[in-house]
Amino acid sequence: MHSPVEQFTIKTLFALNLLGFDISFTNSSLFMLLAVVLSTLFLVLAMRPAALVPGRLQGAAEMMYEFVADMVRANVGSEGRPYFPFVFTLFVFILFSNMLGLIPYSYTTTSQIVVTFVLAAVIFIGVTLIGLIKHGLHFFSFFVPSGAPKALIPFLVVIEVISYFVRPVSLSVRLFANMLAGHTMLKVFAGLAVMLTGAGGIFAVGSVLPLAAIIGLTGLEMLVAALQAYVFTILTCMYLNDALHLH
Amino acid sequence: MEAEAAKLIGAGIAVIALAGVGVGIGNIFAALINSIARNPAARGEVFGIGILGFALTEAIALFALVVALLLLFVF
Repeated sequence: MHSPVEQFTIKTLFALNLLGFDISFTNSSLFMLLAVVLSTLFLVLAMRPAALVPGRLQGAAEMMYEFVADMVRANVGSEGRPYFPFVFTLFVFILFSNMLGLIPYSYTTTSQIVVTFVLAAVIFIGVTLIGLIKHGLHFFSFFVPSGAPKALIPFLVVIEVISYFVRPVSLSVRLFANMLAGHTMLKVFAGLAVMLTGAGGIFAVGSVLPLAAIIGLTGLEMLVAALQAYVFTILTCMYLNDALHLH
Repeated sequence: MEAEAAKLIGAGIAVIALAGVGVGIGNIFAALINSIARNPAARGEVFGIGILGFALTEAIALFALVVALLLLFVF
């Protein structure tokens, strides 16, 4: 019987070695490649007609673009325009990675903490650098909340700095834990359904219940996949806004 | 007390935090329903913020879950 956490193991597909570093092509690499290829194909093929009044497929691609563009415009303002390609890529990559993991027998790239942590760390370092380059040393005034009584300022600065450094941790753990918990729950219910069916007799009839639960949970997991992509992206926009316009 | 028993008890205590998360999520959706009931035209704006608040609160639940998993499988 497969354990519920077996789905998260990394399997090497082609072993590759570069100067002693193991850069094998794993199932994780395969699904990242698949996410990139599928999203690129979808967007390129959907925009092929380039009609002024879009058909259904072109409308879907334009809705995706409009969704992220609205998010950037509302949360960062007009200064966020140069960062829109990055935010759009981030949203589409996380969305497709999350969704691909829902296919049975597949692998979710964002269910590994190392993947989500790298995404969050890159955003954190990038946003901090953007703030430092734009404002210079005045960037550190971000940690002093406006309108605070003078005596409390040292205490508040420490709290603000700590909560600033927690940002990449919370960003990565939110996505990772959502994917881990959701997919583990699906596998546990699936194992339950198989066990009940194998017990025979009255239990086989009762196995309809975990089956119904799995159907409901898969729907919920699709919602969570899209939601987590949205939340990751909108928090990135908010952190970018913090760096560009302090306070 | 042996380490294995302590791990299991610790993991059980860690998930008590989910009570607070349940209250929080209930609060968010109560406010959402209230505001849509008072002003149905605000639905578009308020819904996005409500979903964002729900996801952020659920993240706290998952932090508690991660602590429980850490206790069980890492230490």
